[in-house]
Amino acid sequence: MTDPDNPRPLRLLIADDSSTDRLILQAILRRQGHEVQAAEDGQAALQLYHRWQPDMVLLDVMMPRMDGMEAARQIKALAGETLVPVIFLTSLSDAGSLAQCLEAGGDDFLPKPYNPVIIRAKLWAFDRMRRMQETLARQRDLIHMRNQQLLDEQVTARRVFDNIAHTGCLDAPNIRYHASPMSVFNGDILFACPRPAGGMHLLVGDFTGHGLPAAIGALPVAEIFYGMTSKGFSGPDVLRELNQKLVRILPTGMFCCATFAEVDFRQGVVRVWNGGLPDGYLMDIDGTCHSLVSRHLPLGVLGPERFAAPMEEYRAKPGDQLLLMTDGVLEATDAGGQHFGEQRLLQALATQPAHVSPVDHVIEQVQTFAGGGRESDDLTLLGLRMTSQDPVTKRSVPATQSALTGPAFWRCSYEVEGPTLGQFNPLPLLLHVCMAVAGLRQHSGEIYTLLAELYNNALEHGVLELPSAWKNSPEGFARYYAERERRLAVVEGHSIQFDLEHCLRDSGGRLIIRCRDSGQGFDPEAVTEPGERAYAGRGLALIRRLSSGLTYNKQGNQAEVVYDWELTEHGSGQT
Amino acid sequence: MPVHTRQSDDGETRTIAIEGRFDFSTHQAFRDAYENDSEGVRHWVIDMSDTRYLDSSALGMLLLLRDFAGGDNASICIENCNGDVRRILAISNFEQLFSIR
Repeated sequence: MTDPDNPRPLRLLIADDSSTDRLILQAILRRQGHEVQAAEDGQAALQLYHRWQPDMVLLDVMMPRMDGMEAARQIKALAGETLVPVIFLTSLSDAGSLAQCLEAGGDDFLPKPYNPVIIRAKLWAFDRMRRMQETLARQRDLIHMRNQQLLDEQVTARRVFDNIAHTGCLDAPNIRYHASPMSVFNGDILFACPRPAGGMHLLVGDFTGHGLPAAIGALPVAEIFYGMTSKGFSGPDVLRELNQKLVRILPTGMFCCATFAEVDFRQGVVRVWNGGLPDGYLMDIDGTCHSLVSRHLPLGVLGPERFAAPMEEYRAKPGDQLLLMTDGVLEATDAGGQHFGEQRLLQALATQPAHVSPVDHVIEQVQTFAGGGRESDDLTLLGLRMTSQDPVTKRSVPATQSALTGPAFWRCSYEVEGPTLGQFNPLPLLLHVCMAVAGLRQHSGEIYTLLAELYNNALEHGVLELPSAWKNSPEGFARYYAERERRLAVVEGHSIQFDLEHCLRDSGGRLIIRCRDSGQGFDPEAVTEPGERAYAGRGLALIRRLSSGLTYNKQGNQAEVVYDWELTEHGSGQT
Repeated sequence: MPVHTRQSDDGETRTIAIEGRFDFSTHQAFRDAYENDSEGVRHWVIDMSDTRYLDSSALGMLLLLRDFAGGDNASICIENCNGDVRRILAISNFEQLFSIR
């Protein structure tokens, strides 16, 4: 800070038509160490100001050609947002005239006759003000620049994020969603991914905190979610992996509230896991509404040994609507600071018109409530309508001769034994082995279905001896899965063995899958028409439709499926 | 100060009371409240009688305290929550980690 007794030299412009006064003031100022230039009227002062750009201007009020007030007005206009203090030199004393000087843009007065002590003090005070203004302007520009930089970086980061999260199926015809383009920087995430054997995984989440840390956490979540889902892992597997990854990478105190849904369109089942998000809703087409309540701690809190990923099962018919959201909806506030809240949300859902997606309806209600849509930045919602068919059509990958690359003739055997049956899902691993054959890759969905149907039959009916007839009623359905959990936890002395065999043929290849379980088996002769016997269920019909042949051994505990694929000009088809 | 601490006479129980909104702005004060001179404290009480609102960063701070106080062995009790606060703790299933009264 400048010392008042020894101020930094200033560039001072003075204007006075009285040459005596001019000389006296000039002498005082020079003695105090300043650089001074003088003009004899307003016009000359203005020209000098242009040329010399002084730090401060001292103006006599009454001068010929242009008076001090007009000169002050023009100097202030020229200075723009730089503070150039203008001080009037005056012997006037009536309040009206003095006020006029200030209205013209003057900052203060110096009374004549001059007093060097007062002059020194005033100049010092104004210099301080001038510098403060300069500092403020500099800092404001810096903040502005940094903010712009941050926004630019966010756009770039957003692009990187989109590249990782791009494989999603949020554009499926039965999905509606709302998220601000920069929502990842609010900590909100929203993903949807088709499963290889049909169905989808959905994930809506909310990281604690905002900005970069939240966005960084979202990257591994996207990668794990999409990667594992498209490899065929089940919901609980994906959840466990997400949780343990987040526990490892996030600092204590940071976590991700999330709702995960596994949707099976063919079977009409929705499985939900909610850890820390507000209730989701499953709305029947007939108007009944189930709340999907948070029953778990958020992802990234519990260590892998304590983390539980059981999902709750719901039956869903075509036309039923699933709605998941982050807390932005409940916490949207109106002008009076009131929250939108659960009551209003339930009210909105109850009055929801048919043929309008609940997402659009809720957004509209929240925006009306909040006024002017200013809260929509924090709103993240995902709605899904149940359909009878898988809504995502498989993207066909063109197959050429390169489909013949990769291992062509091979055989492998893989057996899962004992308690491992209850803890481990071998399907992604088996699918991975098959996908080494380029020609099979575009049939990954069908291969996965074959493996999954065979495995589930072997596990649920062969090993666990669950009667599928239970699944014919809603109560039985719940009982079936409860019993499945219970028996899986205590399974012992059993095994399921897969033998895979692949060979190339003239214009394609053949994959043979054998699946053998250690159970009692059943009488395959008794299964004539698919679906006739509850034991075999729809699974066998599906396998028959997808493959070139399904046979059982006499004992009924080993199934053999033959899957043929062929090269065509536009892609490979199955014979 | 929206965060107040009290210590029992034997120095083993520290009560931290949060007034008004418990959110990120309380971070430093809350942290000071459990870190400063806390040797010998074995039981923790979070008094929410005057806490109107709790956000997810506050949940994070509770987890930080839990780690500080010994993780799975921590003895932390959250008391006198109003309806909104209790709801947020319930949604996040924090009763699995803290004893909430």
